[in-house]
Amino acid sequence: MAEGRLILTGEEMRRALTRIAHEIVESNKGLEGLTLVGIRRRGVPLARRIADAIASFEDASVPVGALDINLYRDDLTSRPQPLVRPTEMPSGIEGKAVVLVDDVLFTGRTTRAALNALMDLGRPRIVQLAVLVDRGHHEIPIRADYVGKNVPTSLDEIVEVRVSEIDGVEEVGIVERTKAVST
Amino acid sequence: MTHAQEQSAVVTQAEAPHRRRHVLDLDDFSRDEITALLDSAEAMRELLSRSIKKAPSLRGKVVLTLFLEPSTRTRVSFEQAGKMLSADVINISGSGSSAEKGESLLNTALTLQAMQADLIVIRSPHSGAPYFLARNLQRMGVVNAGDGRHAHPTQALLDLMTMRHHIGELEGKRVVIVGDVLHSRVARSDVFGLQALGASVVLCGPPTLIPLDLLRSGEGESLPDVSVEHDLDRAMEDADAVIALRIQQERQGAGMLPSMREYTRRWQVTEARYRRAKPGALLMHPGPMNEGVEIASSLAHGPGSQIEEQVTNGVAVRMALLYQLLTGGQEEAAE
Repeated sequence: MAEGRLILTGEEMRRALTRIAHEIVESNKGLEGLTLVGIRRRGVPLARRIADAIASFEDASVPVGALDINLYRDDLTSRPQPLVRPTEMPSGIEGKAVVLVDDVLFTGRTTRAALNALMDLGRPRIVQLAVLVDRGHHEIPIRADYVGKNVPTSLDEIVEVRVSEIDGVEEVGIVERTKAVST
Repeated sequence: MTHAQEQSAVVTQAEAPHRRRHVLDLDDFSRDEITALLDSAEAMRELLSRSIKKAPSLRGKVVLTLFLEPSTRTRVSFEQAGKMLSADVINISGSGSSAEKGESLLNTALTLQAMQADLIVIRSPHSGAPYFLARNLQRMGVVNAGDGRHAHPTQALLDLMTMRHHIGELEGKRVVIVGDVLHSRVARSDVFGLQALGASVVLCGPPTLIPLDLLRSGEGESLPDVSVEHDLDRAMEDADAVIALRIQQERQGAGMLPSMREYTRRWQVTEARYRRAKPGALLMHPGPMNEGVEIASSLAHGPGSQIEEQVTNGVAVRMALLYQLLTGGQEEAAE
């Protein structure tokens, strides 16, 4: 089933996300004003997983939003055109503690785009970043506040986070660039 | 969640449409291409509803609008769409430009292309003018914002978006287009778009104002999903949506139209006729409206009316179109 080399199984993914959930609540001293915002596409199901985990031990729910960053990319004229999808914010972000959730932190450019997209929606009190995998090779000064797993990679590799809603399985694998199936 | 959003959740990034440089009419659009564009327009609508209506994706792109015929909504709509995506939009009108000094359309366009504009949006009283420009411009893209009585593709796209937003996918839906179909570029483009999405179209109006060529494909075969019904009462039966067209007095030849009074009596969308359609059927009009002629005033401002929403969707659809035309990898060698 797994393409390439497996670095996290579904079970390991669940544990990493549960730990991140605890860290988020601990570092924000509770749920007051907390909002999780998943970056489309795979950041959104991961944000929901974290929110579910928080709900299971805090007995309260955290709002989850979905952010589309395609209009904010810095490579719109140099790669095939991404499909723009709606941004959905159930509760505003003004004055909130926003945790951006993404699957992989690589160059940091997606996070840069997400920050710009977020600021156009309002002025959060604080913005933090949670990623399932930090694979290094950052090209701009951006780091994650919560990391599921640090994975050293070569530039010829692609880290693929697969989630059941989109890919039918839960796992994280590394594939060679030429064999990659999804983005 | 709207129908359209539900549907778009199923669509993946699988469809990578070929890179299009011009939009002249909808007759060369596939169902997939229209669907992808309408999905993207739904995302743009969300951007339109924000307090900061601006995204940076077309920064540094130059869009020209050249309107050689009067227009408020279409021109402003394109300008809004471009500006919300951060393009620089420059408006040129026929009067006050060198067209008044007798410069040809092509020379005007070549001059503008030499100024490094990326796209020209053109409205012309002459059918085919945008095609002529598209054939002769090497770098600049061309969008048809209405040419004579021929085509108005962005109006058709906003009509499709409005219908899909409210009644879901258009496959098998019954759409009535009533009025002066003959002189209507909107009706022509609507027919192509509705055909592509699998809706059935009923054309209704005085026999002198229904062009029979719309019932046949380019190859001369009759189109199964387009029909004519001169009696509006019958046409309205079970309709999912009704598009009332403007009576174009400025394009009217002698003898095409019975008296306005007779037109109003037989082809106005009235409360009684609206009740024959499906409950909650959509009422649409491309504007500008001759209120009390094509459509009863009470209906135009009533709950079924989508006329203002059409205007909002027009901006969203044009944003999606500009984004589609002006971003994405440059596979083609331009020069």
